[in-house]
Amino acid sequence: MIKLQNIEKFFGDHRVLDSVDLALEQGHVTALIGPSGSGKSTLLRCVNLLEMPEAGTLELGDQRLEFSRTQKPSREAVLAIRRRTGMVFQNFQLFPHRTVIENVMEGLITVQKWDRERARVRAHELLTKVGIAHKADAWPSTLSGGQQQRVAIARALAPSPEVLLCDEPTSALDPGLAAEVVEVLRNLAKEGMTMLMATHDLRLAASIARDVVFLNNGSVLEAGSARDIFTRPKKAETANFVSTLTQTLPEEWDD
Amino acid sequence: MPAWLQLMGTSLWPLLYAGLVFTVPLTIISFVLGLALAFIVALIRLFGPAWSVSIVRFYVWLIRGSPLLVQLFVIFYGLPNVGIVLDPLTAAIIGFSLNVGAYNSEVIRGVIESIPKGQWEAAYSIGMTRGQALRRAILPQAARVALPPLSNSFIALVKDTSLAAVLTVPEIFQAAQRIASVTYEPLILYTEAALIYLVFSSVLSSAQVRLERRFGRHALFTSVS
Repeated sequence: MIKLQNIEKFFGDHRVLDSVDLALEQGHVTALIGPSGSGKSTLLRCVNLLEMPEAGTLELGDQRLEFSRTQKPSREAVLAIRRRTGMVFQNFQLFPHRTVIENVMEGLITVQKWDRERARVRAHELLTKVGIAHKADAWPSTLSGGQQQRVAIARALAPSPEVLLCDEPTSALDPGLAAEVVEVLRNLAKEGMTMLMATHDLRLAASIARDVVFLNNGSVLEAGSARDIFTRPKKAETANFVSTLTQTLPEEWDD
Repeated sequence: MPAWLQLMGTSLWPLLYAGLVFTVPLTIISFVLGLALAFIVALIRLFGPAWSVSIVRFYVWLIRGSPLLVQLFVIFYGLPNVGIVLDPLTAAIIGFSLNVGAYNSEVIRGVIESIPKGQWEAAYSIGMTRGQALRRAILPQAARVALPPLSNSFIALVKDTSLAAVLTVPEIFQAAQRIASVTYEPLILYTEAALIYLVFSSVLSSAQVRLERRFGRHALFTSVS
């Protein structure tokens, strides 16, 4: 349902993405893994055009965009893509001047032009779904990181996106708070939400993702099912990278 | 009652009248127009095409780099030479608005730039246009940060309006000059004028505190990065 082909992206002279292909299946969770600087966040941000690729194509359902250095896609095309995608950020990025429920209502009111009452009902449903309806009228700054991230997920889901993009959704959280966010994401995956997730957290990737893409130096080194990538990686770099997942305890503790 | 107090008492009403009829409207009109100008200039500096950025930078450079008093003289006494004759109050409003616009455009640009980039991205990610992101996500946060420096500028303007006296606008200071010139009591009259300015700016300062409190309902939000 989402297809990126030959995506190129430069920051100055540095090639961040080098002819990257990526295909997301409807209803699958795909994890982008790889070392820092491998381009996984950039690739994720190319899907909703927070980063504009310099070459390649993006297909989302029936919409197709072609990128070139000289011509940017039209404003309407960019907005259309963003209205079909939702995004969750590493640092939550809730609107601090709006209450929890207003954060979730914001896209519905401003972008989708819903009336306030209808938006409030929808926002309340979503807050219930992420388990935080009791904080509906709180200011974001009074919530824990895990709570804020759950509100951010509700905000991203409000306009019913076709795909949810998660950029390091648990990296700013301690393990306990990360767990409550993982739980929410896992439930979404079970419901068949299509998701693309850039993460350092191999446990998160292994527990939720069905497909895994391993990026290294801006290109896709290996892609496949989560099970294959984590248990039978084909490339040495992949094997080396995922080994940190299984070998986390000191060897001398093995007995 | 000592004579000086009596003089202050009899001149109080003319000075207050000058304040209410000239100083206050002059301040408010100039500030509102200046702020609108400042906002437009800030947006051009942030998002405008290169040629427009050069124009507004030139404007800010020109106004900030030359004395307000000289600017007022150019507008009121100089422009008639090229056929532009303005009445004193209009000339003063133009001069003060241009000043408020130049200084505060930098304030507004600064506070907009101080809002983290992630807030723009969050707004874009739910499908907002740049205008919607600015209006709904960025400006409400920027406004709170801008309030103290903008209040500074407003209070400075109240006092700067005394310069309009030299354009023959009959505001507080000019009224004091007029009375001083017939009573030969400059110390008493100018002190009284200073006190009236002090009262006006104190009222404004307390209004600022109230405004900040209102904007600060979610004061805790500043602790979120």
